[in-house]
Amino acid sequence: MLPSERIRLGKRPDGPFALVAKVRSAMRIMAVDGAARALGLTAGLTLADARARVPELLVFDDDPAADAAMLGWLADACDRYTPMVAIDAPQGLVLDLTGCTFSPLQPLLEGVAGRPSPRDALKQMGAVSPATGVAPFLATGALFGNKGPPPAPPRRRGGGQGKEGFSADIQNRLTRLGLTAHLARATTPDAALALARYGGDDVRALPVGALRVDPEIHLALRRAGLRRIGDVAALPPAPLAARFGADVPVLLDRLLGREDVRITPRRAPPEIETEARFAEPVARTADVLATIAALVDEAAVQLSERGVGGRAFAVALFRSDGHVARLSIETGQPTRDAKLLDRLFRERIDALADPLDPGFGYDLIRLAVMVVEPLAPEQLRLDGGKVAAAEMAALIDRLGVRLGRGRVRRFVPVDTHIPEQGALALPVADARPSGGWPAPEPGEPPLRPIHLFDPPHRIEVMAEVPDGPPRRFKWRRTMHEVARHEGPERIAAEWWRRADGAGLTRDYYRVEDVRGRRFWLFRHGLYGAEKAHPDWYLHGLFA
Amino acid sequence: MIRAYPLSLALKPATDPLRSPVAFGVASIDARIGGGLMAAGLHEFYAASPEDGSAAAAFALMVAMRGGGGGPLIWVREDKGERAGGRLCAAGLAELGFDPDRLVQISAPDTLAVLRAAADSVKCGQVGAVVIEPWGKAPLLDLTASRRLSMAANVSGVLTLMLRVDAVPVPSAAQTRWEVASAPSEPLAANAPGFPAFDISLLRHRGGISGLDARLEWNRDDRKFALLSGGASADAAVGADQARKAA
Repeated sequence: MLPSERIRLGKRPDGPFALVAKVRSAMRIMAVDGAARALGLTAGLTLADARARVPELLVFDDDPAADAAMLGWLADACDRYTPMVAIDAPQGLVLDLTGCTFSPLQPLLEGVAGRPSPRDALKQMGAVSPATGVAPFLATGALFGNKGPPPAPPRRRGGGQGKEGFSADIQNRLTRLGLTAHLARATTPDAALALARYGGDDVRALPVGALRVDPEIHLALRRAGLRRIGDVAALPPAPLAARFGADVPVLLDRLLGREDVRITPRRAPPEIETEARFAEPVARTADVLATIAALVDEAAVQLSERGVGGRAFAVALFRSDGHVARLSIETGQPTRDAKLLDRLFRERIDALADPLDPGFGYDLIRLAVMVVEPLAPEQLRLDGGKVAAAEMAALIDRLGVRLGRGRVRRFVPVDTHIPEQGALALPVADARPSGGWPAPEPGEPPLRPIHLFDPPHRIEVMAEVPDGPPRRFKWRRTMHEVARHEGPERIAAEWWRRADGAGLTRDYYRVEDVRGRRFWLFRHGLYGAEKAHPDWYLHGLFA
Repeated sequence: MIRAYPLSLALKPATDPLRSPVAFGVASIDARIGGGLMAAGLHEFYAASPEDGSAAAAFALMVAMRGGGGGPLIWVREDKGERAGGRLCAAGLAELGFDPDRLVQISAPDTLAVLRAAADSVKCGQVGAVVIEPWGKAPLLDLTASRRLSMAANVSGVLTLMLRVDAVPVPSAAQTRWEVASAPSEPLAANAPGFPAFDISLLRHRGGISGLDARLEWNRDDRKFALLSGGASADAAVGADQARKAA
C-alpha cells in the first residue's frame, strides 16, 4: 500500500485511484488504493479495463523512485530505535533490536548510560535464543505489502517496556502519519519479514511462498504437495536440496532460526553514540544547541576514556513527525575538545542553506562519533607552542565546516607536464604538505603564470607566418600589440594515456604587450601537420 | 623565560619587536615609508585596471613573502574573482619564489563569506599572512569592515593584505594603500619578456606622506625588489632625499 498511501498523503485525491505505468505498450495498474481495491480493481489490470469498470477512477503515474525515497525516509525515522535498520525492497524494513531497550521518554542523557553501544549489542545477539522468547528482529516488512492475505491485527499492548513497546510505538507513529503497516517480530530477519508479509504467529504455518525462492521452485514445491513451511521443514534436508536446489534448506534454516543471520544496516554503526530524549519536543534552536553541547560533553568523556579522538561527528535531530535532520562535521585532526566541537556545530547550523525547521519539535537528539583515531593526552607546553599549532588546525576546521571542506584547499603536485593538471587543489584535511615542488631555475624569469584559466580562453591572433609567434591578439574585446615574446615552448599531448594516441601539441609563447602586461598564449595543434588552421588560446597571466 | 604580563598589558596590541616592518629591499622607498610596511597591519593593493589584477596579486604575494615569516599564507578568494581572474597556478607561485606548500586557499561564494573567513584567519596568530581578495566593488567592505580587520591584525600581528581588482578606492582603515600596474619589463636576450615589473604608487599612508611612485622589478632569487630605471622611480629617489633631509 506504500505507493497509494504516498499519493494520498501528497495529493489527497477524493475517490478511488490507481497508479499506472506503461508495460509493453499497454498502460497497466501497478498499485491501487483501498477504495479501488474494494471495487475489485487489482494490480496488473490494464487501465482501459479498469476505466470500463470504474469510470470515476483517478489515475497517477507510478513512481518507484519516490516510493524508494519514502521508504528511505521511514528507515531514517526508525534510526531512533536502533542503529541496525535495513531496507527490504520494495516495501519492507527490518530492524535489529538486539540489546535495545525501549524507553520512549527518558530524562535527558539518561539513555546514554542505559543503552549499550551497538558493538555490545552485536555481542549479545548470539546470546538471544528463541527459547527465551525474546525476538530481536522486528520487521515492519512487506507489511506495506499489497499481496498475500490480510495480516494479523497490529499488536496494541500499550507503550510498555520490552519489545512490545517498539511495535506499539512504531504502529502509533505510522498510523498518525496515515500509513498502514504490518509489524512482526521474530528471531531472524527472514522470519520477521515472512510473518509481516503473511501474518500469523507461527512460521511453520506460513505458505511455502514465504521461503522467497524462485517462482519455478515455488511451483515445484506446490506440485510436490508441500503447502506450508512446516511440511517442508519435516523433510530431511539432503533430499530437499537434491530435488529443489541447494538454496531451499538454507532459506528454510534462516526462516526457522536454525541459522544465525545478520542484517546489513543502512548506516555504519557509529563508534560512540549519545542521545537525549524529550517528553516535550524541543523547538527552539537555542535549546537544540544546548542539548548538542551537553551530548558533546558526554561524548568527549567517552572518547577520553577510550584514549581516542573523533574525526567525524554527526548529529541527528528526530522530529516527532518522523523527519530526521542530520548535521555532520569533520575535523582535520582527532579531537575530543568539547568546546571546539560545540563551536563547529554552531558554525554548521549557521551555515545551513535552509535554517533548521523544527516543526512541532524534536523529541530525540542523538550525537554519533563516526570515525575515531587514537589520541594520546597531551602535555601543554608552558610557552603555549602546541596550543598555537592547534589554533591553526581549529581555524581550518571552522572554515571547512562553514564553507564546505572543498573550499579550503592546499596544492598537491602531480607528475604531469600538462600545465593545468600540474597541481591538484585538495581539501587541507586530505593533503599533507608534500615538498615536491620543482625549484625554479636561478636567473630565469618566471616561466609559468600566476593565474591560469581553465578552460583556456579562445583568442583571435594575428601572426606573420602561420607557425610563427603572435603579433597582436584580441582578448576580452581588447586588442593587444605584442612587444616582446619568447617561444615556442612545445608541450605534447599525453598520447600514452589515450587509447587512440591522439591529442594536439601545444606551442606556448610568453608574450608582453606594449603596455607591459605579460600573457601566456598557445597555439593548439602543429600548423599543417596536426591541424590546417590551429586555434589560439590564452592560458594564463603573468605578474 | 616566563613572562607574566598583567591582563591589561596582554590585551594590548602585540607590538612584537621580532616582527620588524616589511621592507621592500629598496633603500629609497623603505626610507620614505618609515622602514617598511607595518607587519601587524592592514595594507591595500588596488589594481590600476582590471587587466592589472595578476600584477596586483603577484605584488601582494611578494609583499607577503617579504614579511609574514615562515607561517602559512591564507589566500581568501571570491568565486567571482576566480572565474574572472583565473585560478592560482601552483607552478607560477613557485616561479615567483613562493613555496606552494605554505598556501591555504579559501574560496568563498560571496563578499560576506570572504570577509568572515578573512576575519577568522586574521585573528589566528599562527598565520603568517592573509591575502583577502574580494572581487569588484564589494559594497560590504566599508570603513567598519576594514577597521575590524585592521584592529584584528594589530592584535594578532598578522600581515593582512587586501587585494582589490576592478574596484575604486573607498575610505578604509588600512595603514597604506597602493596602486599597482604591470610595467614593461627589461627585455632579456632575443627580446624575451623579462622579470616581473610593476608601477606602484602610494595613494595613502596613515600617519605618513603619500605620493610615491616607483617602478620595481622582482628578484626571485633574492626575494626582493629592485628599482627599475624609467617610469617614475627618479621621483621616488628625489622624495627619499627630501625625507632624509627632513629627518
